[in-house]
Amino acid sequence: MPEAVALHRTLGMTDDEYASVCRILDRAPRAAELAMYSVMWSEHCSYKSSRPHLGRFPSEAPWVVVGPGENAGVIDLGDGWLAAFRIESHNHPSFVEPYQGAATGVGGILRDVFTMGARPIAVWDQIRFGSLDDPHNRYLFAGVVAGIAGYGNAVGVPTVGGEVAFEDCYAGNPLVNVMALGILRREQLVLAEAGGEGTEAILLGSATGRDGIGGASVLASASFDDASSAKRPSVQVGDPFEEKKLIEACLELYQRDLVVGIQDLGAAGLSCATSEPAAKSGMGMEVDLGRVHVREPDMTAAELLMSESQERMMAFVAPDDVDEVLAVAARWEIDASRIGTVSPGGTLRVFENGALVAEVPAASLSEDAPVYHRPLRRPDGLDDLWAERWNNAPPDVAADLLRLLDEPSLADPAWVYEQYDHMLFLNTVIGPGHDGALLRIKGTSKALAGTTDGNGRRCYLDPRRGAARLVYEAALNVAVTGALPMAVVDNLNFGNPEKPEVMWQFAETVEGISEACENLGLPVVGGNVSFYNETDGIDIYPTPIVGLIGLADPYPEHPPRLDRAESGMDLWLLGPETTKDLAGSAYQKIITGAIAGRPAEPDADLAVRVTGLAAGLAAAGLTPVLHDLSEGGLAMAVAKMCILSGVGATVDRPGQPFAEDPHRLIAAVHPAGADRLVVMADEAGVPLHRIGTLGGRAIRFGSAEVSLDEAATVWRDALPRRLG
Amino acid sequence: MKAAVVVFPGTNCEHDAVYALASVGVEAELVWHRQTDLSAFAGVVLPGGFAHGDYLRTGAIARFSPVMTEVERMAAAGAPVLGICNGFQILCEAGLLPGVLLQNAGLRFICRPVHVRVTSTDSILTRAARIGQVLQIPLNSYEGNYTAAPGTFAEMQSSDRIVLRYCDATGAVTGEANPNGSLGDTAGISNQSGNVAGLMPHPERAVESVLGSSDGRVLLESFAMSMSAADA
Repeated sequence: MPEAVALHRTLGMTDDEYASVCRILDRAPRAAELAMYSVMWSEHCSYKSSRPHLGRFPSEAPWVVVGPGENAGVIDLGDGWLAAFRIESHNHPSFVEPYQGAATGVGGILRDVFTMGARPIAVWDQIRFGSLDDPHNRYLFAGVVAGIAGYGNAVGVPTVGGEVAFEDCYAGNPLVNVMALGILRREQLVLAEAGGEGTEAILLGSATGRDGIGGASVLASASFDDASSAKRPSVQVGDPFEEKKLIEACLELYQRDLVVGIQDLGAAGLSCATSEPAAKSGMGMEVDLGRVHVREPDMTAAELLMSESQERMMAFVAPDDVDEVLAVAARWEIDASRIGTVSPGGTLRVFENGALVAEVPAASLSEDAPVYHRPLRRPDGLDDLWAERWNNAPPDVAADLLRLLDEPSLADPAWVYEQYDHMLFLNTVIGPGHDGALLRIKGTSKALAGTTDGNGRRCYLDPRRGAARLVYEAALNVAVTGALPMAVVDNLNFGNPEKPEVMWQFAETVEGISEACENLGLPVVGGNVSFYNETDGIDIYPTPIVGLIGLADPYPEHPPRLDRAESGMDLWLLGPETTKDLAGSAYQKIITGAIAGRPAEPDADLAVRVTGLAAGLAAAGLTPVLHDLSEGGLAMAVAKMCILSGVGATVDRPGQPFAEDPHRLIAAVHPAGADRLVVMADEAGVPLHRIGTLGGRAIRFGSAEVSLDEAATVWRDALPRRLG
Repeated sequence: MKAAVVVFPGTNCEHDAVYALASVGVEAELVWHRQTDLSAFAGVVLPGGFAHGDYLRTGAIARFSPVMTEVERMAAAGAPVLGICNGFQILCEAGLLPGVLLQNAGLRFICRPVHVRVTSTDSILTRAARIGQVLQIPLNSYEGNYTAAPGTFAEMQSSDRIVLRYCDATGAVTGEANPNGSLGDTAGISNQSGNVAGLMPHPERAVESVLGSSDGRVLLESFAMSMSAADA
């Protein structure tokens, strides 16, 4: 049957996978059936290359309500409050069409969160591009930021944090990852279940069109080349207005207890939203495609089943509640179609104009997906990379600091976040531009802290250490707001999994994240894997993004912020004074041009102690500034604090001020607070050094000096001067 | 009596408005845009957001929402009617306030605190403030660039209808402090009788110091005073 062979390959399936489908069905699949398997078994939907590794993540803790495998992880905040959160990538769509790719990335992750019954309250964006010297990268960057703003602002969910980074390896394959957080009362928690026999499946929201067909299989699960712009029709188009109405309608359904279960339509569209809930409930379903409200006529069954049209939800509703659900939809001015009924027996039957177009075991689409134990191989050149000699001459601190301040990855991100509504809902105690965001829950003493962190260079040099250090950095970013870290989600952005070196990087990363999470007692409650981030055979750096949520209860009224330093305060360094770790550092890349060496190993015991101390200091209100040292080391940390606070600093013993040794913080403290600081650090077993004082209009490291005004101008202008 | 906070499909600042109004003692209730009787309310707030997705043009569809007939009736009857951000755009589209809001001069969305100077206290938005008072209030808009026909604007100026103007931290209206290119550095205006007012910054986002500023309170207190006056 040569035509069918051609078809499954066009849909991104291998011959072996096609043979598996034939075995499951005991016959050759119909066109619509093949379409369903192709999207459900895509790398993006099935995790077929990553699944053997993902079980390594610790995922249990007493406060985990819903762990990995659902649409979002859910944790218990006490007093009946839950938080739901998830991270997703929209890398390939954003390269093909930056505005819509990024916009629909926001829309998709929000649906994952409100599918759980939560109101989405915040979004974090992690975006990475090639150098801004290239006009195409400027176009992609500006388009992605505008897409996030255009969708996030209009849908009404504040964007409160994230990171921007520029690295040549992302030029052909930018990264756009989004984390969303929602809150809910425990009784509103909903799962993606179909319920019992007779439960009706009601499709809510946008009409189904031909947009996004094959988004998961053709676009997200394959590598890029010159022909990739031809994939533009595979990118979906977002409508934040429709999503806003959908959010409000769904929240009303949950509040009134009108749904048995609900599933959003994301990757794999109707194929996923029918088969997965049915399989989870051990049931089958009868679906009538003729009832789907459509955007255009004459769509084939395969197109209807594969479409990734945005802003759609599938609600499972008991027969007695159907009229009420339709009334709620009408009130919020969204369309609703009764498209199916849950049936016993586990078979998914799809009809079109009375004709049976698909009849498959519902569970086979998700549970029988192939699993690949792909070969791993440690990259050959790694030892040489670690041993590579690079120009490690003593820095010219003043000149080098100015160059770092001008580096787009380290520059003032205000150009980005001022395009995002980051204040809606009146929760934002700490917004973008600081370490972690802090969002209060009104009417309670609780606040949620959140951060996302990534570092491609360090993970490239040592994926295991690099990934573990991301977890520790994220924990510190949350702790300095006064919150205790609670749980992690991760977005694992990697190259082509068919290359053993990439799979080795992947396995090492999973190990690093797992070790650090176990050490801090943090469960991984969800995540996403994005493979095939390669263009023309060049893989990106292994770039895991760690999202971490923490809880402060009670939250500090005046948490540490980078803009709270004042003349007369002392500057303290918490953590080891050693300054040797430059492998993969911002200094190494920007000043020496090298990316080499082996990053320092994290200190597991110290990490726990430093994190606890940071949360304690922030909660006690002892440190108006408490900031973890990351890219650019002590020098960048001090400079940022000085610029944002409008005060100079004198650091007496800077050592190598650009080193990025882990587990270190700076604190600005009133002299009157010194005794208590010393006691608390001593009790925590964390080294503490008074390294300088604040005042004047210059930033001084030993004998090196940069004027505060010049530093501020360079840092603030770095993005605008490149982007206009 | 209560204030009505109107919810159009796509409005997103409605809960914030209710919360902030409560903090200045105004009881407010959400009202869906299809409601056609507001007789139970002493005043109206059109909050921020993206009514009807801002499709076609900001406020262009919202002005035809059924509730607007009642808003027009209340405005004509002298009740306090306040439009914040998207609400301001809707009031302009509905002809309840003069002028129009264009895209920001920089063609980018702007979300950040800005300073505004109170330049008239003869409105439901500013009656509790004093002339020259400088307030730090967040701006959050893409179409915040106010403009009006030259004749109209001259008349508004001469009759003290420009109630808030963008300024620097010291209160100087310099032009440089203008974030979006608005005519005459205009941030907020009122109608001739002062009972209908609109502004681009979000006073409801500046009612508690824990969120960075409580400078918006005086504007909402002005609305509260106007509510009691309308009630009496």
